[in-house]
This record gives sequence, C-alpha cells and structure tokens, in this order.
Amino acid sequence: MKKFIALALASVMTLSLAACGGSSEGTTASVAGTAISGDTIKIGVFEPTTGENGGGGMQEVLGIRYANTVVPTVDINGTTYNIELVEVDNQSDKTAAVTAAQSLISSGVVGVLGSYGSGVSIAAGQTFADAGVPAIGCSCTNPQVTAGNDFYFRTCFLDPFQGTVMASYAAEEMGYKTAAIVSQNGDDYSTGIAAYFKQAFEQLGGTIVADETYQTNESDFNAILTTVKQSNAECVFIPCSIATATLILPQAKANGLEAHILGSDTWENESIVIAAGDAAEGVVFSTFFDEDDESTPMAKDFVNGFKAYLNEDAQRITLNGGTDGVAAVSALGYDGYMTMVTALASLDGTEGDLTSVNLRDALAAVNYDGVTGNITFSETGDANKDAAYLKKVENGKFVFVKKQIDETK
Amino acid sequence: MTSTAFLQYCLTGISIGGIYALIAIGYTMVYGILRLINFAHGDIFMMAAYFMIFAMVDFALPWYVSIVIVLAATILLGVVIEKVAYKPLRSSPRMSIMISAIGVSYLLQNLATYLFSALPKGYPKIDFLMKTITIGGISTSVVTFITPILTLVFVFLLLQLINHTKIGMAMRAVSKDFETSQLMGIKINRVISFTFVIGCFLAGVGSILYFTPRPSVYPLVGSLPGLKCFIAAVFGGIGSIPGAMLGGFVIGLSETFIKAAGYSEFSDVFTFILLIVVLLFKPTGLFGEKTTEKV
Amino acid sequence: MTEQKKHKLSILFSAIAIVVLALLLVGVNKYTAPTYMLRTVLQLGSIYALVAVSMNLLNGFTGLFSLGQAGFMALGAYTFAIFTIPANQRAGVYYLYGVADWLANIELPIVAALIVAGIVCAIMAALIGAPVLRLKSDYFAIATLGFAEIVRIIVGSSPMNRITNGSLGLKMIPKFPNFYFPFIVVAICIFIVWLLINSSYGRAFKAIREDEIAAEAMGINLAKHKRMSFIISSFFAGVGGALMAMYMGAITSTTFNITLTYNILLIVVIGGMGSLTGSIISSFLVIAAREWWLRFLDQPFFIGGVQIPLFKTGFRMVVFSIILMIVVLFFRKGIMGTKEFNWNFILKRMDKKQPAGGEGNE
Repeated sequence: MKKFIALALASVMTLSLAACGGSSEGTTASVAGTAISGDTIKIGVFEPTTGENGGGGMQEVLGIRYANTVVPTVDINGTTYNIELVEVDNQSDKTAAVTAAQSLISSGVVGVLGSYGSGVSIAAGQTFADAGVPAIGCSCTNPQVTAGNDFYFRTCFLDPFQGTVMASYAAEEMGYKTAAIVSQNGDDYSTGIAAYFKQAFEQLGGTIVADETYQTNESDFNAILTTVKQSNAECVFIPCSIATATLILPQAKANGLEAHILGSDTWENESIVIAAGDAAEGVVFSTFFDEDDESTPMAKDFVNGFKAYLNEDAQRITLNGGTDGVAAVSALGYDGYMTMVTALASLDGTEGDLTSVNLRDALAAVNYDGVTGNITFSETGDANKDAAYLKKVENGKFVFVKKQIDETK
Repeated sequence: MTSTAFLQYCLTGISIGGIYALIAIGYTMVYGILRLINFAHGDIFMMAAYFMIFAMVDFALPWYVSIVIVLAATILLGVVIEKVAYKPLRSSPRMSIMISAIGVSYLLQNLATYLFSALPKGYPKIDFLMKTITIGGISTSVVTFITPILTLVFVFLLLQLINHTKIGMAMRAVSKDFETSQLMGIKINRVISFTFVIGCFLAGVGSILYFTPRPSVYPLVGSLPGLKCFIAAVFGGIGSIPGAMLGGFVIGLSETFIKAAGYSEFSDVFTFILLIVVLLFKPTGLFGEKTTEKV
Repeated sequence: MTEQKKHKLSILFSAIAIVVLALLLVGVNKYTAPTYMLRTVLQLGSIYALVAVSMNLLNGFTGLFSLGQAGFMALGAYTFAIFTIPANQRAGVYYLYGVADWLANIELPIVAALIVAGIVCAIMAALIGAPVLRLKSDYFAIATLGFAEIVRIIVGSSPMNRITNGSLGLKMIPKFPNFYFPFIVVAICIFIVWLLINSSYGRAFKAIREDEIAAEAMGINLAKHKRMSFIISSFFAGVGGALMAMYMGAITSTTFNITLTYNILLIVVIGGMGSLTGSIISSFLVIAAREWWLRFLDQPFFIGGVQIPLFKTGFRMVVFSIILMIVVLFFRKGIMGTKEFNWNFILKRMDKKQPAGGEGNE
C-alpha cells in the first residue's frame, strides 16, 4: 500500500507540472481563424438530424439548403466564390456536438450555421470560438449561447423575451390569474423559458398553481395533466420539443383538461397539428415570423419559394414531416444563411487574406432585411429583434393572433 | 385531494401499470429462459407502433385487419432478432449476448430514425377505443379503462398456458435447467422461439394500448417505457409472470401518486429507490426464486 | 531465452513503445493544424479509454456487472465543474437562479479538482457499495443502473439549482491547459490500474471473477475485495467524468444518461472483457470510427453526378450499429479477449533465430 501512496503522490506532482506548463502556454491571445482559399467557401451546417430534436433540426437544414440554391455564390474582391455547405449531425447530444463541431472546423469551414436546440450550441460554442470561426445560431433561444462568446451570433429572439411575451399574453390579453407550467427536467431550453414565464407571470400579478416536470423521452403525461387539472389553472404553459407536444395534446384532451394550452416557438410545426389532430385546436404559441406581416415583405416570397422547393422532391417532403408546411425554423435557417452571405459580400474590399476572423467582424456590423425581420447584432451577438408573433391553431391551421413588440428595447 | 381526483389518479396509474405489466412479461419470460436482459424489447414495442402506422395510414387497412398484421409483424421481428442476434451466441458468455441485445436496440433506433425521420408521426385512431367516457366526474377514454382488464385476461391465459400445456411444461423445464431439459429431449430452440412469440405478442398488444391514447411515435419513444417495464420485471422477481404483473401495477401506481403529490421531478428517482430498497430486502425481487449456488 | 530475459526484453520493448507513442503525440501536436480532427479523436479516445478501463476493472476483472458508470461520471464532472468555474464567471453561469453563497468564491486548481472529483465518487461508491454489493450479478447491474439514473435526475433537479444550476447545466468549465494534459492524466491513471491488477489484489479480483465460492474458500475476503474494486473503479470513472467536462466545456445532466453507460460497455466488450490494452485500443477505434471515419456516410454521395440514394443523414449510425453487431456476433471475444497485449510474437521469433543458450553472452 505504501508503494501506491508514493506513486499517487508522484503522479500528482507530475500532473501539477503538466498543468502549470500548460497555463503559461495557454495565454497566447488572439486566434488566427480559417483562411479562405481557392474559389470555394465552405459554410458548416451544425444541426441535429437524428436524436431528440432531429425533426426540427432537419427542417432548419432544409431552409439552409434552399437558401443555398437561391444564392449559391458570392463575389469578393473580383472573385466569384462557390458556397459549399458542409453538413454535420450533432445528434441532439452534447458530447457528440463537440466532436461534430470539431469535424466541421477540421473540414475548413469559415462560418457555421446552427443549431436547433440551445444545449448543443452552448456545448459547441467554445470550440468555434477557439478556432476563430463565427457561428450563427438560427433558432437557439437560450441566452447562454451567445453570452461570453464573441464568435456566436443568433438570428432569433431570446427566451427571456419569449417567456415574457407568453406571460403578458396570458395575464394581460386573456386576463388569466392562475397558470400551470410543464417543463422538461435536464433541458436548458425548456427549463429556461419556463423560469422566465414564471417570473413574468408572477410580476404581472398571476399565480403559478402547478409547476411540473417530466423526464427526457417521457411519453405518458396523464398523471401530470391530472395534477394540472386539479390545480384549476386557467392556462398551462408547456415549452417542449415537437415530439412531446404531439404526445401531450391528445392526453390533455382525453383527460378533459380545460385550461388554455400555451406553447413556445418549437410548436410552430405542422407535424404537431397532423399528429395531434383536433386536440391541438386553440393552442397559442409564440413564433419568429408571419408571412403576411407587411414589415417583412420577403416573407411571402420565401414561403412560396420554399414550398416549391419542397415539392420538387418527394424526399424533401418526407424530411419536412410529410407536408409542405413552412416551419419557422426553416425561415430562420434561411435568414441565417443569408446573413452569413451578406457578411461575406461585405468583405469586398478587405485587403490581405480573407479569414474567418474577418467574417466575424463583418457579421458584427451586418445589416440584413430577412424573412423574420431586420437583422443587426448587438454587443453580445444577439439579433436586435423586438417582435414576436403569436399564432393560434384554428381548424388545423396556424392563424396569426398578434404581433408583440418588446417595449424595453 | 378530492375523491374524484383520487379515483382519476388510480385509474391513470392502473392503466399505465397494465401496459407496463404486459411489456414486463416479455422481459421476464426471456430472462427466465435465456438469462438475458433483452434490452431491445422496448424498441420492438416502438417498431410495433410504426407497423401500425404503416398498416392503417399508408395502406389504409381497417383497424381489425391492421391489428392482426401488426401483431404478426411484431412477432416475426422478435423471432428474427432471436435467430440472428441471440441464437449464435448461446454458448458464449452471458455478457456478450447482453451486448448483442444493446446492439439490436441501437440498430432498431438508428434504423427507425434513418427510415422514418426523427419527426414524430401520428398514431392512427381506433375510434371505439378513443371514445371518452365519464363516470361520476372522472373522464377517461375507453382504452384507459379496458387496459387493466385486458392485462388481467392475458396474464390469466398465459398462466394457464404455462401451467397446463405441453409447451408450457417445456418452458418451465427449460427455465429450471437449460442443459438437462435438452437432454430430456425438449426442442430447446422451439421453446425459445415460442417465448419470443409470446413476449412480442404482448409487446404488440401493449403498443396498441399504449399509443392509442398517446398518439405520437418517434424512434426513441420505446426507451423510457422499456426501462420502466424492465424495472417492473426486476421488482416482481425477474422470471416470474405474476411478479412482472404486480411490478407493473406497483410502478404505474407509485409513479402516478408521486406525481400527484407534486414531486413529478422525482417520480423516477422514487421508482429507482423503491427498486433498490426491495432488492436489498428481497435480493431476487418480490417473487423471484432463490438460487443457491452449487460448488 | 529464459523467462527472466524475456521479461526484461518485454519491459524494454514496452518502454520503447511508450516513448514512440509519446513522440508520435508530440508529432501530432507539432505538425497538424490545431483544427485537425485526429487531435480531437485522440483526446476523446483517451478519455473513453480511462472510463472503459475503470469499467473493465469492475466488469472484466472482478466479474461485477455494473451499469453505474454514467452516474459516477456525472458526479465527477459536476464536482469538477463546480470547483473550477472561474469565480468571476459564476454570476454569468448561474444567471437564472444565482449561485449558492458557500460556493461563490471557491476555486480549485485543475489537478486538485480532478482528485476531488475522484474522491467524491469514491466516497459515494463506498456509501452505496456496502448494501448494493450484496446483490447477485444482474440484480447488482440493475441497482447500479438505478443509482446512475438517480444521480442524473437529482443533479438536474430544481432543489440543486443553486449548486449544479439544475437543468440549465454548467458552462465555462476550464478547457485542457494544453494538448498533452488528458494523455498524461489518463496514462497515469491507467498505469495505476495496471499496477493494481498485477498486484496480489488483482489476482484476488480475478479469482473472484472466476469463481466466488472457490475464491472465498481460498481465504479471499469477498466483501472487502469487491468493495475495493468498486471504489477504485468509481474513483477513475469520476476522474474520467471530470476530463469529459473539461473536453466539453459545458455539461448538463442529460449528457450522462444510460446510453453513455451502454457506449462504454460496448467499448469494453469490443476490446475484450478483462483486457486493459483491449479497452484502450477499442476506445480509440470506436471513437475514430463513429466520430471521424464514418462521418462521410451522412453526406449525400455522388458517383458521376448521380446521387446514391442510401447516403443521407442517419446512415452513419445505422452502419455503425451494423458493424457493432458484426463484431459482437463474429468476434465474440473482442479484440484482445482476456489477454493483454504482449511482445511474445516478437520474442518467439527471436527465440527461433537464436537457439537456447544465447543467454550466455550476457
């Protein structure tokens, strides 16, 4: 046993040496980034196409692919570059996400789009920052994605805003006094948004009468819904994945739950209406764009173009969940790509080698009118968006309810 | 808690418990005979749901035909898995066959993602099962109501089969002593296949009862119920059919009431603690047989 | 050649091999771009190697079938993260719930935190080991699996909000201070396990694996040795979890689910139950195959402008699972079986060339 202790002590000392040796090395500051060479610019698509969020992630990929067919090239300093998408599947899994991100970097991408689901973006963010490659999150709404990371941007609004919007809709617009919350244990997206809803709803004078959570991959919600029903909540807020939404709605109906069901941005997905049928009637959720909003004239063109793109190929329809419905995440994917291209085009006139660090600086100053509204980035890298759209399910269709403007901005 | 609420929770718990019981029987029977934890069982349950979608949505067959097809396809899948992935490993260490089961589970999940995409698909409606019935303030669907009854019927039939038929006797013999029963002239492969037939049949029935009121199917949908049913089987004493049934109902009811008490976050924690506590006092589960090791 | 000389030569060869491997690592560090995939695969592979070895110590050497590895990794990862997130970043990390007061200003050096992570796991293993180790084979497996799930859920639950940040997970965990760090830690840990296995304790473990009753009859204290194996294995699983946290930089409780345990178990089995070198080799192979070599399968694949229909997203994992099934079915003993890598294949050849009596030269 003495031998072991001696050995253990010796190892610890070696280790401390290694750690110290490292810290002096690690202080070398700025990153070089990836240079653009040849006549191809590689853009990474960092999305889950399998796993828990595989469905929604795929729809975002479709939006990005469509955007790539619309604008396949960019001119910088007199050269026409082809834009090539490098897709990688992060499997909705945080461990896989870091390696997936690394594989993108090693394939030489200068910019990255994604991901659906905040958790994987948070996990991979440091990898992108270390490599000096800017990333644009399309639909990851958790504040932690961009916070403290100079290389992460995002095109959508944030959870605090979304939670507040839903809370003010519930408390002010509908006059509800009591609400229940159902969220997913271990999921930063779901828990984060639920916490903001709770804060805002209580500030507006409401009471949270039930706060329930469930485990990942849970498919039986009867007990939780009975508790919600017993609490006599007037509305129930359920930020969750698409898969969960399609399970929870029919069970709510079967349980005779009368509370008004409110959802989050993931709910804008026709798969939910198709799978849940009339159980989805009346659900209200917040989302990123509306094709009929006149302040975003591009939206209509995008919707028509994207529908045509989907209908060209039966496989695209399958990947889109069996419909040609346009999911909000597809629009965000499209906007993410276009923002990236706009920033690339603005590199025109830059002297010397073009690198991904230049692209980052260009992104910080970008100004692009997209499908989901005008996109400029704040200090932290979040889009300066002040509007969320509330939609409702009526007769199996998404119907525009109202546009909520953030007064704090 | 009001009495209607109490009854509502009871009904929910018994209903989900019934389904757990049906699937747990599949685990317990396979374990009884092969000493194998069939990790792929939850995924067979998931595949059964996709079969139903194919039959009723893609081929637009009426429900009574579809149910027959689904059960047949599920049984076929189970038997094929046994022949391909478990049979070749029968003489190798138990660990490798268990790994094979994990491999099959992986393969089924990945294959389902690849073929059907990860987006959830709606489970077809069988109208008469989904009718809402209201009894004194409790509203529920027909299927919730008949699930526990069906479970009891199936368990009763299964016990008859095992205790009073020739194949049942063979199964009991094989589970007691694999090698001796082989020497006694029991066709061991037939017995094992038959075990898988029963296990998968019940998983198929469980799948219909489970997904009708929870109509959404995606590739990972079988993993959590699979785990819980497995726990139910261990709880009751793996290898024992009444034990699996009891385990299913106990786990269904306890998790429902823990959620009812406002600890939804910890319902699975309680389930696992319950399991560990039971194992500590009865190391082979409630009805498990004591094995004495011979030198 | 005498056994003694063989032994000496083996040690010499091993030393040379280690130096060569170390030089290769230095080469990789010097001559590949910092973004090259090989570097990531090596780092992640080494972490998995440590965790696989720790699991093998329990499953392969002591014959205790444990499925609790992910739970101990979670414990290790969270312990490490809690003690190393820079104090000035904590407000940002715990942005929603705030950080517990006692925690706000604790910041340990990386190495100390790694050891603390291991010790916390070892203590936990000692606590649950006493009752759980009494259970027989599969029941022990289920109990440890249950324990892992309990840890995972509690770590991510709301009462832990101000310590583990609940469901939101922790980020800003320090990265590896340099490229070599994970390799050094893993090498030291595996070396310790190797010493242990070749000591009298290791022989006792193997005796327990082969036949508990016979081992007991020979005077081996079953309870003590099982407990020891469980605690040591958990210690290294905790260190492995901590390294994983460093590798990822951000963790949430869902990372450490049952699938992670299954993944490690697969690595152990592919490498060979009861073979340290097998576990190490298979960790690198599995990680490289899954994360690197097979990735092209997810991309659309064109031959002469025609898209081959099979290649689309998700195909990689299907192929991976099929390869895995083939290994399990046709190469049942895994890469190494219960043997360790040795130099006999060279030594034997030398023996032939140089007939007996050669040792007189010395």
